[in-house]
Amino acid sequence: MTTAIGTTPGVEATRLTKVYGHGRTEVVAVKDVTLRVARGEIVALLGPSGAGKSTLLTAMALINPPTSGQIHIGGELVMDGPRALVDLRAFRRQHLGFVFQKANLIPFLNALENVQVALEINDVLPGTARERAMELLDYLGVGSRADNLPDALSGGEQQRVAVARALANRPSLILADEPTAALDSRRGRQVMELFAQVAHDRGTAVIVVTHDARALDVFDRIEEMEDGQLKSRQRNS
Amino acid sequence: MNLAVRDVRHNAGRFVFTSVGIGLLLMIVMGMGGIYRGLIFEATLLVDRVGADLWVVQGNTRGPFSEVSRLPANLEYRVRAVPGVLNARRFVSHTIQREHQGRPLRVVVQGLSWPEDKGDWVPIIAGRRLGQAHYEMIADRSLGLSLGEKVRLGKDVYQVVGLTQGMVGSGGDGLAFLTVSDAMAVQFDVPGEATRLERAARLARLENIDLGRVTPLLSERVVGPARELPALTPPQVSAILLTLRDGTDPARVAATLSTWPDVTVYSTQQQKDLLLSGMVDKARRQLGLFRTLLIIISTIIIALIIYTLTLDKIRDIALLKLIGARNRVIVGLIFQQALLMGAVGYGLAWWLGGYAFPHFPRLVVIEPSDLIQLAFIVAGISMLASLLGIWKALTVEANTVLAT
Repeated sequence: MTTAIGTTPGVEATRLTKVYGHGRTEVVAVKDVTLRVARGEIVALLGPSGAGKSTLLTAMALINPPTSGQIHIGGELVMDGPRALVDLRAFRRQHLGFVFQKANLIPFLNALENVQVALEINDVLPGTARERAMELLDYLGVGSRADNLPDALSGGEQQRVAVARALANRPSLILADEPTAALDSRRGRQVMELFAQVAHDRGTAVIVVTHDARALDVFDRIEEMEDGQLKSRQRNS
Repeated sequence: MNLAVRDVRHNAGRFVFTSVGIGLLLMIVMGMGGIYRGLIFEATLLVDRVGADLWVVQGNTRGPFSEVSRLPANLEYRVRAVPGVLNARRFVSHTIQREHQGRPLRVVVQGLSWPEDKGDWVPIIAGRRLGQAHYEMIADRSLGLSLGEKVRLGKDVYQVVGLTQGMVGSGGDGLAFLTVSDAMAVQFDVPGEATRLERAARLARLENIDLGRVTPLLSERVVGPARELPALTPPQVSAILLTLRDGTDPARVAATLSTWPDVTVYSTQQQKDLLLSGMVDKARRQLGLFRTLLIIISTIIIALIIYTLTLDKIRDIALLKLIGARNRVIVGLIFQQALLMGAVGYGLAWWLGGYAFPHFPRLVVIEPSDLIQLAFIVAGISMLASLLGIWKALTVEANTVLAT
């Protein structure tokens, strides 16, 4: 299934501001940012270190509440300033997927179980979860490594398993923070292409924070941040 | 999917080593309880097996197991005249330590009231009961004596004609059953020189008074054997054991005897209670204190290991929170590990104890009720020990996973 980038809202951050500290130690990490990513759209978030990319991402991931502004996910208002309007952990479980610079796989679970655990946490029955996890690993090309512990997987394979885990509960939004930083350029590009494929095939909104300029062509849109604000925007044809 | 089991499998080495350590500690806890039970068993064994209905002991004393009790042996005949008494036996029991074949031999010498009591109630595992009035003994196997072996006790040599098992005194020393007269001979044995000195002293005392000078016959008598002196105390025993006629009310016989000012009467249960409340009570408290300390140490060790294991996977726990795991999943992970550690430790303690306890110098008696009680204690301390790890896990922020 290929979903055209549409108008269905994936995630929408409106006038988001995040301030750390107060008084003389106050730092404005994100300032009045408005960002909307539709379902089926993949957006790159670029910018120098300290630009506020990760803060924006973690705020949208519902693990770092904004100081002000609103966050809608799947059309639902979930954060109004620092106030959560839903059970955040349950919401993350059902609607969000995460991929990080490091794969962050659980070391005592094999590849299959790392995906399966995300499903079981969301109350999917073990048998179904196992089947579904295997399908995802196959889809991402690491089905043959299902029984391997993370230590036995290459960096690229680990990242694919992490993507499979992020996709497990069919999230409406995937947030990725420098997912290719630990990979060589070929594997890095493969992972970025994978995100694009996931976004377009599954209609998932994907936001990727990256420094890697070599694979920007896979993104539908590129947003650039500087000093806590979105500065420029570029849409790929 | 059971995360606890998978984590344990991944950290199998550390888990196994910790569990073995916990198991050894719990084995000692289990053993301490068993030693206490064994202490009670051994202490009350003789009182139980000897089969007396009433114990007559020296007046105003608590009997031979609590303090020195001395009664004239002929009291046996006096108590037989009390209505309801079927039989009376002299009870002699004392501990001696002798050198035998180059090693110390500590024996509880137990007198059997020959010829009525030949040791029929003693469980014989080899040989036979006593067959003659002198120079034979039935020895507990723990004394290390073999059948037919001869042992010098005092001036006489006694032959082991029977072996018994598990018959030990309250101090854990093996019992040797001799006839009462032999037991008393061993107890009151003094070297020949001491006897000669005593006779000379008697003569000197007699000559210091007029009576000695005017009665030469008396002078001849005092230098003779002590048993031939009517004025001296008759042979003394520790207690007289009474067997009552069927249907006799022990309280009634005890009431009769309690009117005699020179004796005190106890039932078997009273004698056991005195025994336990006296010498065993302190041991019980001491062992109880050790057990408590060991349980506290076990709790601290489990808590520290669980805490360390939790710290090791704190990023994984943060990740689980990030992807939406409920608290019960995280609590379950830690809690189950603590319980598993306790359960494995307990199982190991039980298994290792089965091999180790029979080699302990004192009897270790493990009762099923003690095992159940310890299982609950282990479950309790495992739960308690997991609290620190659970607290750490529940306070970690989901975004910890993003920290590099």
